[in-house]
Amino acid sequence: MTARTLAEKVWDRHVVRRVAGEPDLIYVDLHLVHEVTSPQAFEGLRIAKRTVRRPDLTLATMDHNVPTTSATPADEISQKQMEAMARNAREFGVRLFPMGAPEQGIVHVISPQLGLTEPGMTIVCGDSHTSTHGAFGAIAFGIGTSDVEHVLATQTLWADRPGTMAVTVESALPRGVWAKDVILGIISRIGVNGGVGSVIEYRGSAIRALSMEGRMTVCNMSIEAGARAGMIAPDDTTFAYVEKRQHAPKGAEWQRALDEWRTLPTDDGAPFDREVHIDASELRPYVSWGTNPSQTVTIDGHVPDPDALEPAQREAASRALRYMDLRAGTPIRDITVDTVFLGSCTNARIEDLRVASDVVRGRKVRSGVRALVVPGSMLVKAQAEREGLDRVFRDAGFEWRDAGCSMCLGMNPDILGPGERCASTSNRNFEGRQGPGGRTHLVSPAVAAATAIAGHFALPEDLS
Amino acid sequence: MNAVRRVTGRALPLDRANVDTDQIIPAHWLKRVERTGYGAGLFEAWRRDPAFVLNDPRYAGARVLIAGANFGSGSSREHAVWALVEAGFRAVIAPRLADIFRSNCLKSGLVPVEIAADAVAKLLRLVENDPGAEITVDVERRTVEAPGVRVAFTLDDHARARLLEGLDDIAVTLAHADEITQYESTRATWLPSLRD
Repeated sequence: MTARTLAEKVWDRHVVRRVAGEPDLIYVDLHLVHEVTSPQAFEGLRIAKRTVRRPDLTLATMDHNVPTTSATPADEISQKQMEAMARNAREFGVRLFPMGAPEQGIVHVISPQLGLTEPGMTIVCGDSHTSTHGAFGAIAFGIGTSDVEHVLATQTLWADRPGTMAVTVESALPRGVWAKDVILGIISRIGVNGGVGSVIEYRGSAIRALSMEGRMTVCNMSIEAGARAGMIAPDDTTFAYVEKRQHAPKGAEWQRALDEWRTLPTDDGAPFDREVHIDASELRPYVSWGTNPSQTVTIDGHVPDPDALEPAQREAASRALRYMDLRAGTPIRDITVDTVFLGSCTNARIEDLRVASDVVRGRKVRSGVRALVVPGSMLVKAQAEREGLDRVFRDAGFEWRDAGCSMCLGMNPDILGPGERCASTSNRNFEGRQGPGGRTHLVSPAVAAATAIAGHFALPEDLS
Repeated sequence: MNAVRRVTGRALPLDRANVDTDQIIPAHWLKRVERTGYGAGLFEAWRRDPAFVLNDPRYAGARVLIAGANFGSGSSREHAVWALVEAGFRAVIAPRLADIFRSNCLKSGLVPVEIAADAVAKLLRLVENDPGAEITVDVERRTVEAPGVRVAFTLDDHARARLLEGLDDIAVTLAHADEITQYESTRATWLPSLRD
């Protein structure tokens, strides 16, 4: 048997049909659905008089549109979209966690929490950050609405076997460098199209040392490097996270699953199409300055001079600086912010909230800065409240919200105003991403928390 | 989906790399439950700039979009493809298209064309100098032709056939229902289910 990578093993186990000259027909173990990219898919089923083939492998939630405080209710169009989700779930027999349900939350936060995300699976969702679930050694990727309809009807998908790429991060992370900095550091090195056509497998001692939540943060942003998916081989950290969760295998089934999962890691000597090596000790906390996630510098750095960049990057960098209203040479720590957003499928899990709460405990958000914490799910919110984190954030002057995608993507009431500048733990700093004219700087939860207190970009140790 | 054999028409030059789907169609348009009505949202923010190329009357009615590398990156929203199609585009040419965007193109008969960066640059210069120049994207022959340019592009047989015949993917797949059922009988019993 030839040596194979993790991605190849998982892929090959899900091939329903393989014919030369055609993409593979792949079986989908779990289909996650949300209100925004599914209404047209359900409508397509209705028109063609089709049913959902496997409602038992389909889970729906509401996250993109939902308001995160009763003070700002959903607009009428969003309301209609959520009603459509509820109606479609009812009509097609799909389990739904609607607004108000204790399990409701961001689709990529709730599935792992419930034990529905497990090693060796194939998982798809009409959302590009589905790559998050690769942290468990699953192949997980985003699809468009036509493919959502296809999976609902057939539980399969036509797809080309992806290329393989290894990103190996060795040695220990320096103090104050988090999973978010690892992935921002990777994207700054390989670029926003560095992973196109491939599944990136993250390897090496720095990755192994990450918690499951840190691994999810890394895999989440694989799509920002253009990759089809990101994966990390399952190990004891993975198994300990999955064990005993609601939908995890139990008893003898658990043992069978474990036996299977232990066969998944990449075989010794399996070749990758491309390999990148990164020394973890060179990574620092990053802050993005531009309008794509590869345009970052370390927090000790300065806004770059476009003329000093590679010729191919100059024009885009100049345009980005104009949009961001930044001057070349400005120290990153001198940039002040209007808003701090701690949330999103990248960084709104309990560990993220713990790290941030440690930074703000006993301190006050800088006057004039709007700071919000939006837990990734209502279960994360409940856990944080059991730990008293809500009090820490509220006492510091943060707003403590209900779960949702919130200010990550500008399609619910939580948006930036034109020209507003935000330190955000989310994943995309595209023009207008957090609201038309808004300016996004991507950072880790630790830097976001310190920035809320300082009023300008800062590390926790900068705070007096 | 409508079948598409050949696209001939003028082309819009959008000489930028990494154009993300948030630019192609901003998120607030995604609150809608319909599959149509997105044309007006195409490049909504950039369009407010009178100098943006989409506002240039010389390119009105363009059927081909020529863009820089990594076009369609970011969000998986198929609404980006729907908006382009509604605005009259039938083919997108770039050195590289983002994976999910490319896959979405094939669902709506928007021909995804990836050709070498120097060929794209040549086409951009051609239509910048002569907005009336016509470009032909031939799905059957898998070629792009314009005055002084003839270049082949890659499109696998399966995707090509679906474009040429305007096939409904789901109907094709359901013809393999027996194979799907057979596969299901081999799935591991420990795999999670919402019925658990």
